[in-house]
Amino acid sequence: MRKGRATAILAGLALAVTACGGNAPTTSQPTESAPAASESGGAKTLEGVTLEVAAKWTGEEQKNFEQVLKAFSDKTGAKVTYASTGEDTGAYLGPRIQGGSPPDVAILPQPGLVQQYAEQKALKPLTEDVTKEIDANYTEYWKELGSADGQVYGVLIKAAHKSLVWYQSKAFEDAGVQPPTTWDELVTASQTIADSGTAPFSFCGASGWTLTDLFENVYLSSAGPEKYDQLSKHEIPWTDPSVATALEKIAQIAGKKEFVAGGTSGALQTDFPTCVTKVYGEKEAAMVIEADFVAVTAEESGAKVGEEAKYFPFPKVGDTAPVVLGGDVAVAMKDSPGAMALLQFLASKEGGEVWAKLPGYLSPNRNVSPDNYPNEMTKQLGQTIVTAGESVRYDMSDLAPSAFGGTDGKGEWKVLQDFLRDPSDVKGAQEALEAEAKKAWK
Amino acid sequence: MAVTERLDGPQDPPVDDTGGPTSGPADTPRTRRRLGPSPTIAIVFLLPAALLLGIWVVYPIGYSIVRSMYDSTNQVFVGLENYGTIFSDAGTLKTIRNNLIWVIVAPIVVTTIGLIFAVLTERIKWATAFKLIVFMPMAVSLMAAGVIFRLVYDEDPDKGVANAIMTVVHDTFSSSQGYPEARAREGDQSPVAAQEDGSVVTKQPVESGQTVLIPIVGVKPEVMPADAQPAVAATGGDGLSGTVWFDFTPGGGGVNGQPDPTEKGLPGMTVEAVSDGEVAATATTAADGSFRFDGLPSGSYEVRLPQENFTAAYNGLTWLGPTLITPAIIGAFVWVWAGFAMVLIAAGLAAIPRDALEAARIDGATEWQVFRRITVPLLSPVLLVVFVTMIINTLKVFDLVFIIAPPSVQPEANVIALEMWRVAFGGGNNQGLGSALAVFLLILVLPFMIMNIRRFKRGES
Repeated sequence: MRKGRATAILAGLALAVTACGGNAPTTSQPTESAPAASESGGAKTLEGVTLEVAAKWTGEEQKNFEQVLKAFSDKTGAKVTYASTGEDTGAYLGPRIQGGSPPDVAILPQPGLVQQYAEQKALKPLTEDVTKEIDANYTEYWKELGSADGQVYGVLIKAAHKSLVWYQSKAFEDAGVQPPTTWDELVTASQTIADSGTAPFSFCGASGWTLTDLFENVYLSSAGPEKYDQLSKHEIPWTDPSVATALEKIAQIAGKKEFVAGGTSGALQTDFPTCVTKVYGEKEAAMVIEADFVAVTAEESGAKVGEEAKYFPFPKVGDTAPVVLGGDVAVAMKDSPGAMALLQFLASKEGGEVWAKLPGYLSPNRNVSPDNYPNEMTKQLGQTIVTAGESVRYDMSDLAPSAFGGTDGKGEWKVLQDFLRDPSDVKGAQEALEAEAKKAWK
Repeated sequence: MAVTERLDGPQDPPVDDTGGPTSGPADTPRTRRRLGPSPTIAIVFLLPAALLLGIWVVYPIGYSIVRSMYDSTNQVFVGLENYGTIFSDAGTLKTIRNNLIWVIVAPIVVTTIGLIFAVLTERIKWATAFKLIVFMPMAVSLMAAGVIFRLVYDEDPDKGVANAIMTVVHDTFSSSQGYPEARAREGDQSPVAAQEDGSVVTKQPVESGQTVLIPIVGVKPEVMPADAQPAVAATGGDGLSGTVWFDFTPGGGGVNGQPDPTEKGLPGMTVEAVSDGEVAATATTAADGSFRFDGLPSGSYEVRLPQENFTAAYNGLTWLGPTLITPAIIGAFVWVWAGFAMVLIAAGLAAIPRDALEAARIDGATEWQVFRRITVPLLSPVLLVVFVTMIINTLKVFDLVFIIAPPSVQPEANVIALEMWRVAFGGGNNQGLGSALAVFLLILVLPFMIMNIRRFKRGES
């Protein structure tokens, strides 16, 4: 009798516990039932379907994306909720995948994550409809980026232009220099600016990704797109002479004490966007090498983009000026028609143009005309992407396994920070990069 | 804190005790006439705690051990390979080294400071107020404490308190002046060159009666004196004369190495005429940057701008650089925990029999002897508890390192707990290796846990 009661209590407790366990993923419960609802609702409309989309965007970017989602809802009738992953998308998605309740669609900030999650079998292959849409609107290179083992999983839906050098126009006027178009001109101009009493560069050394962006631009321009692709896939080692050339070029601007605002140790403690504030707020430096999104911080620092805050395309180091893009890849984590429909919408010209009309967006979609962009600057940027066509490359570090190209204090980020600390040691940096790459690619 | 939780654990024994005697004598009288409740009842009462412990503590530990034997995808069994990685990867070894520094330094410093505060507050009038203030940081979360200290250690003296204090102290003894970070114009055409010691020297020896041009560049706008006049090339005459000026035409243009009309002199520069390594004469530049050595014996001289002209303003220490980062973070840790140590030790101090202290004093012991020979030995059980608690706390330190160390120096400051998170979730996405690190950390903490529990049991009996 007593034993019986004990087991009963045990069972009760166990029930309670499983109930607790079952409670956690309730948010996904409605989505679970979504496919069934859509099947009964007919093929064209997704009335009654709920979808969850996870992306890292917050604030203004989130609001704009939600407008795009609204356009999708209006079209299909599906109800889409947005979940913010915070800065570290991997840390947000990892446990949800492990827990078996991923969002329907996730926007990954790096294509490297596509390969990783595909390996973990956390992604659903895109349906034919979506693949067709991609073929119509994207070049082969972008399609490959969203693929793993020949299977297409993702669509690049938002691009960031990373081949820009932002400058403070007054510092250039005071020093009497013009925006350079070649690397050598950049070095000479930097010397002149330094002589005038202003540090030419503000490096965001504490944010490792800004250093990888700098390296990628120099490398793409000096070594060319083929080598860039090979190095991205670690088909050539980091000890390759072409890497040495690129690092030596970087040392030309990072190696001189008077070129770096706050000195080396100061630069290594400056994160993004503080380095932008140093240029446009405190006016300690003349230039900051980073992507189009610098504009946001520049405006916050009180510099008007186009007047005080200007940019020039990353100067030619080799034969051609580089165009490096960053961007976000949308993937499906649940095999539901709703998720696929949303991906198809995001990959389409229609979806791209809804988004393009909002500020802070660049489309990698070749059929989205630059005329859609709300201001002159974005139009120009969009034009450079369209004209560069086949030679545009994606941010290399984001293509790498994230242990190499996307983790604070590890891999490429760490080695390039060490290199900024001592730019004379090109060989040591190359060996360290190769050692880290070997670990990451295995 | 953790310890007190663990200390609660063994309080289960009451159940054990009742269970023990009953099962012993239970053999003799059998059934009905047992003293305590039956084992079944005991199990029923134990169940909730056991279940919760099992689900929240035992199962995760067990699963972590299993997970640590698989690779990042959780598909391939790799055996002990992840543990091998821990001890072969340079970065991970550094985390172990850092943890070792933490474990050795932090508990000793916290316990010592806690002891000092506790003993001193016994003697002062406003003891409670003082204790309250020292204990206050405990009310702040470690996360917030990290944010505070990130600011305290900021390199810019205008933002970081630590460097603000250091620069104020430094500048009262020697204030910086002159033209920090300015330097000689470089290049073959330049008549001057920078020396390794930071001074600027003419390349060619000059005779008295000649004039010298010393072009300087990189003068920051904010250090340019307001009274500086446009530079004029010295005209010669007797003695040795010349001009030190800012060789840069605003807006560009101008001839390098020549004082152009809009270029200004650098007043207040110390100039030395050097002959055979000896300073023969010293002069200071005027508002237009000109200088003249009068009454200099004829001969050949080097004209030198000593390094003092270019001394960079003292900006304190690079607290968050690779060398000082771990001590700096330990400083923040001490700030948080010293109050906790003090309160515990003060409680122990209050329990010490006064007569022992007074007897020693009557016997003629000095205060130091009383402290060393009476107070500390009597306090040792409390000190040990504080010490071991701190060891466990330092082993699992995470938030302070994560927040205070800028990403570029985080590899230098890294500790096991942070590495575990980084590897598993913060980008690495290798939960196999992360689990291995978690198990490793558990093994490190275990001896201290056992030690604390043992002590507690002994204290009970």
